[in-house]
Amino acid sequence: MMTFLAIVIDGFIYASWLFIIAAGLSLIYGVMRILNMAHGSFYAIGAYTVASLAGWYWSAGLPPYGGIVLMFVIALAVGALVGFVIERGVLRFLMDRDQIVMVLVTFGLLLMFEDIIKLMWGVQSYYAPEPYSLFGSTDVGDLVFVNYDLAMVGVAALVAFLLWFGLNRTRQGKLLRAVIHDRELAITMGINVRRLFVITFSVGAALGTLAGGLVAPAIAVTPGIGIEIIVLAFAVVVTGGLGSIQGALVGSILIGLARAAAVNLYPELELFVIYGVMALVLIFKPRGLFALASTRKI
Amino acid sequence: MHTKTRLRTLSALILASGMMAMAQGAQAQDPLKLGLISFYSGPVSGPVGIPSRNGADLIIEAINNGTLPAPYTAAGIGGRQIETVYVDEAVDPVAEYRNAVLRQGVDAVVGYASSGSCLAVAPVAEELKTLTLFYYCGTVRTFEEGPKEYVFRTMNTQDVENIAAARYVLATRDDVNTISGINQNYGWGQESWRDFSKSLQQLKPEVEIKSELFPKFLAGQYGAEVTALSRNKADLIHSSFWGGDLDALILQAAPRGLFKSQTGLLTTGGTALNTLAKQIPDGTIIGVRGNGGILAPDSDFNDWFRAEYEKKYGEQPTFPAYYMAQSVLALKAAADKAAAESGSSAPDMEQIRAALKGIEYDTPAGKVSLNRHNGHQAATELAYGTFKLVDGKPTLENVIRYQPNCVIAPEGAKSLDWIEAGFPGAQCD
Repeated sequence: MMTFLAIVIDGFIYASWLFIIAAGLSLIYGVMRILNMAHGSFYAIGAYTVASLAGWYWSAGLPPYGGIVLMFVIALAVGALVGFVIERGVLRFLMDRDQIVMVLVTFGLLLMFEDIIKLMWGVQSYYAPEPYSLFGSTDVGDLVFVNYDLAMVGVAALVAFLLWFGLNRTRQGKLLRAVIHDRELAITMGINVRRLFVITFSVGAALGTLAGGLVAPAIAVTPGIGIEIIVLAFAVVVTGGLGSIQGALVGSILIGLARAAAVNLYPELELFVIYGVMALVLIFKPRGLFALASTRKI
Repeated sequence: MHTKTRLRTLSALILASGMMAMAQGAQAQDPLKLGLISFYSGPVSGPVGIPSRNGADLIIEAINNGTLPAPYTAAGIGGRQIETVYVDEAVDPVAEYRNAVLRQGVDAVVGYASSGSCLAVAPVAEELKTLTLFYYCGTVRTFEEGPKEYVFRTMNTQDVENIAAARYVLATRDDVNTISGINQNYGWGQESWRDFSKSLQQLKPEVEIKSELFPKFLAGQYGAEVTALSRNKADLIHSSFWGGDLDALILQAAPRGLFKSQTGLLTTGGTALNTLAKQIPDGTIIGVRGNGGILAPDSDFNDWFRAEYEKKYGEQPTFPAYYMAQSVLALKAAADKAAAESGSSAPDMEQIRAALKGIEYDTPAGKVSLNRHNGHQAATELAYGTFKLVDGKPTLENVIRYQPNCVIAPEGAKSLDWIEAGFPGAQCD
């Protein structure tokens, strides 16, 4: 029973972190059909910004819970800003290009951001550990879980709800869904697709920086973390189905639980299991679990 | 011979010898191009690559200015100033090594933190016949898989620090009967765990293994691993994590009390002492992969190194700074030795290479002897200590220093065979 509980808790903590990253990646692909390799850079920028600014906040001895609010605000703000600049400054000029071209363009952006990060922050590690132990811990039987990690599950659930609500219950969301289903038809119906692209890319980038900002207190923030994460995020969105938020959610949970089960039961399989789950899903559902239906155009 | 002819011959000889002297002088003035290779970007750069480069730069500056403490007095390497070429190990090590040697024309290389890099680069160094000193990587395979001519290593291999760790556990924690391990899933991590667990079981056969975890290198998230280790409790958890992985493990384990309820043994923990002192619980066993950093023995040379490092960089040197510095010093010591043996003030690289074989020389961390593997592999003192935070400052107590003859396999013996045979001939008074 305790093993099962440990796997579920660890699995959901890992899944929540994965989902926040993958949701932004999936949203951008769903609306804009861009497989955004630079998403890893957004994650890294979020981690660096939080580690340096929030680190400064805590070292100044200011009220600790204010620092948590600051983390969210700066992570979301920097993501939205970077996303806006990239969409307006680069992507809008390339919108009608082939998807492969866009992969190469965003890969180029990823490499550029790696160097920009080194120029801005240097190559040394940044630490902001204070928030990680701020909320204390919870005992579950003999096991101790950090409340910060448990709160990540809540944050991911909130992100999932807001995305669902935004896409299904708001006018802007319905317009986005129209673009997701058929961009050309949406344009002919008078929807300002360009404007929606800016909003989508900024929101997607903000989710990437939020994930990086939230994980910063638990790691040493160093160059290269964005490249490590992008492979994992792709595994999640491919498992769930490219462009599907629902798929990103289910893919994250599947991979999170599978990894936690492997570590707790068969540690030798830990490396294999993430990609094993992905391969297994793709054998039976080659377009992922919740792939968007594509209409055949004549 | 006519007097006129004699005078012409004499003038020609004087002119020729003058030109030769000028040419020799010019050669002596040519800088020695030294490739300094480590992780200057990526998760390993902060804890390892940058301090390594800082330590090397400090020593190179002192060599060039002739301001090194005794026994090093003359400036330069055989009279030549050192010109450094920095190469990032995070980028394809083999391709960048070839690039440094063939295109940038480095005369010698000091470098490599990763065992994977060392295994890949060693055959290329032999092929290109370029003097290459490994300063940090730990794999025993470098020399156990075959002798090398151009490759040297100026610090101990990973087996040594794990044998010493086992002896330290036995000496300070005789209540340890169960152990777990969390090590990175590649040669370094797997071999470290193998050598530690086998050594401890040789010394104390009743020791039982509880968990063996090998997460991916640079995984960054260890929540599930901390749970798995907490569920299957052992008396001691061994980890050879290094760089950003070590920092992340310490950060994530601290609020869950992992190393409070089970003693942590961090073989490279010395890099985290300054940055994560508040997260490391008292009682954690800390290693520094040798005897550098906080465990460097007192000496005038060490006092000078610490003072100059702090003056230049505003912080105390961690052990990677010591180990790259001691690798550069090997070149200096070999050049001085070659100069003394040959009577030439400017020995060439072949003479320096020959002088390196089996050399014993002074470093800020004490004597280093290249007396293993036909004079290519160093044997140094190795120390462990137990962490204690005193007035907010990290300190190590119960420090034990192990001499090479206690923890290093004798010349000609393979390390694993020596461990499995029960350390025959080990001299540990």
